[in-house]
Amino acid sequence: MSLYASRRRSNFTAMTLCLIATGIGIIWLFLILFSLILNGLPHLSFSTFVEMTPPPGETGGGLANSIFGTLLMTFLGVGVGAPIGVMAGTYLAEYGRYSKATPAIRFINDILLSAPSIIIGLFIYGLVVLPMKNFSALAGALALAVIVIPIVVRTTEDMLLLVPNTLREAASSMGLPRSHVVWHVAYRAARAGILTGILLGVARIAGETAPLLFTAFSNNFWSASLLKPIASLPTTINSFINTPDANMKELAWTGALIVTLAVLGLNIAARVLGVAKKQQ
Amino acid sequence: MAQVTTSRDPREFISASRSKILSSMATGDRIFAFITRACAYGVFVLLLGIMISLIMGAWPAIKTFGLEFLITRRWAPQLDEPILGALAPIYGTLLTSFIAMLIAVPFGLGIAVFLTELCPIPLRRPIRVAVELLAGVPSIIYGMWGFFVLGPFLVHYVEPPIVWAVQDIPVLNIIFGAEMISNISLFNASLVLAIMILPFVTAIAVDVFSIVPPVLKESAYGIGCTTWEVVTNVVVPYARVGLVGGVMLALGRALGETMAVTYIIGNSFKIDGSIFSPGTTISAAIASEFAESSDLHRSALMYLGLILFILTFLVLAAARLMLMRLEKRAGA
Repeated sequence: MSLYASRRRSNFTAMTLCLIATGIGIIWLFLILFSLILNGLPHLSFSTFVEMTPPPGETGGGLANSIFGTLLMTFLGVGVGAPIGVMAGTYLAEYGRYSKATPAIRFINDILLSAPSIIIGLFIYGLVVLPMKNFSALAGALALAVIVIPIVVRTTEDMLLLVPNTLREAASSMGLPRSHVVWHVAYRAARAGILTGILLGVARIAGETAPLLFTAFSNNFWSASLLKPIASLPTTINSFINTPDANMKELAWTGALIVTLAVLGLNIAARVLGVAKKQQ
Repeated sequence: MAQVTTSRDPREFISASRSKILSSMATGDRIFAFITRACAYGVFVLLLGIMISLIMGAWPAIKTFGLEFLITRRWAPQLDEPILGALAPIYGTLLTSFIAMLIAVPFGLGIAVFLTELCPIPLRRPIRVAVELLAGVPSIIYGMWGFFVLGPFLVHYVEPPIVWAVQDIPVLNIIFGAEMISNISLFNASLVLAIMILPFVTAIAVDVFSIVPPVLKESAYGIGCTTWEVVTNVVVPYARVGLVGGVMLALGRALGETMAVTYIIGNSFKIDGSIFSPGTTISAAIASEFAESSDLHRSALMYLGLILFILTFLVLAAARLMLMRLEKRAGA
């Protein structure tokens, strides 16, 4: 009986510890959101979205150029990275499903998926910034594209593999060529999943700082040129948070709040889309 | 109306247009197949490109310092003949990642056990999402939050008692010793890293635990095992390979994490054995010095980047191989 009691006791202890671990695990998200709202919300206003980043010593100002830069580079990065990723994922799941190279490519893609983003920054620095001799929005967008590709490859492949083969066989038996089977049957069946992957890619790169530090650099003025340095929310936060200027620091917190809410929103949207697909 | 206008057999016309359409379809098919294959091999080229560009950038430093770079402690880029060594950033990278794993793995496993064995089903998804959303928070946010919010808290309430408690115990008073406690330290950076990788550990652990066949668990419950006994004797042994793989995947993330660490670690190139003193990591060194560096200094930072890439590559490759082994078993 005492053996049973001690077993019960150790079970109770372990399960209580697991419960505590879970409590501690979920508290961080709320703590972080709480301090972002506390520090960022009071200064969030309309002017945050329409005014330029201020120089030190001034009051007011906004983050318009940084927000535009982030939107521009994220859009371009996904625009370049997502099609390449979808195509590569298509090869892995459709044309090259039984090819010998496929496991190797999948393996390398999985490694690139978790490769340090600062290394991607160094890569694009050597590939684009050095030959062009200046930092540019284009380089920043390419760095982000390199980060998007493995994410989209992975989700596209996974989603296409979930499409039942009978669908493909039915289409092929009507004489459709392979590319039509992929476009009109496989893509259509896996559409929500592929979109989820792209959304996750957007969420990942919208908040990236490290790869932009030496590719897009930063810019205190409005710039829509692809060949000039451009501001982005994360790099602006990075340079403003360490200044002694109170106004700039407040803007950094506001920017942090905007970026976090946007990224979390995208993450949740991707999840909702994924769930909707699963329940069909 | 006599059929004078159609001198050709209509079947001939149809078959001509049919073969035209078929051949255009075949061409389209070939082009599409070629594009997808090119993109897939592009992934391979990307990896090669990263390696080559890092090696090219690092070449001057590799030529100057050779492999001694790895064991040189000094980092003095300001000298006329700079002495640059990677030992301090490598030490900082490994130490912070190690402490982060030490904290994150037990918590991640605990959460996974709770989610798979204890949690009421309606609560599972919300809790899992709340933990996994942590992975979505941009790393720079962790950096500023760790510096301005978590750091001061630790400095005021957590670290002084520890330093005071161990001040007369040998060895421990070096590890936990500090001349001055500040919110810039290896330990604070590790803690922030731990929070960052917690969602990765948790997600993989939940996935791996759910691969365990219910029959195994049910038979253990059937002979009277407690939940904890089922977890330690059935679930964990079955999922061991996958767990190790998942942990190494998280380690790969921790090793390369940049912005979260850069603010908190202080970028100071020293090794004094204390976890409460400032230090640096490879990625923090690159992030804080690259923009102002030139020539050999810049090349040495590239060399650091190369070391980091090789390090994470090895860890991630090992992780993937282990996870693949588990997937094979689950598929069989």
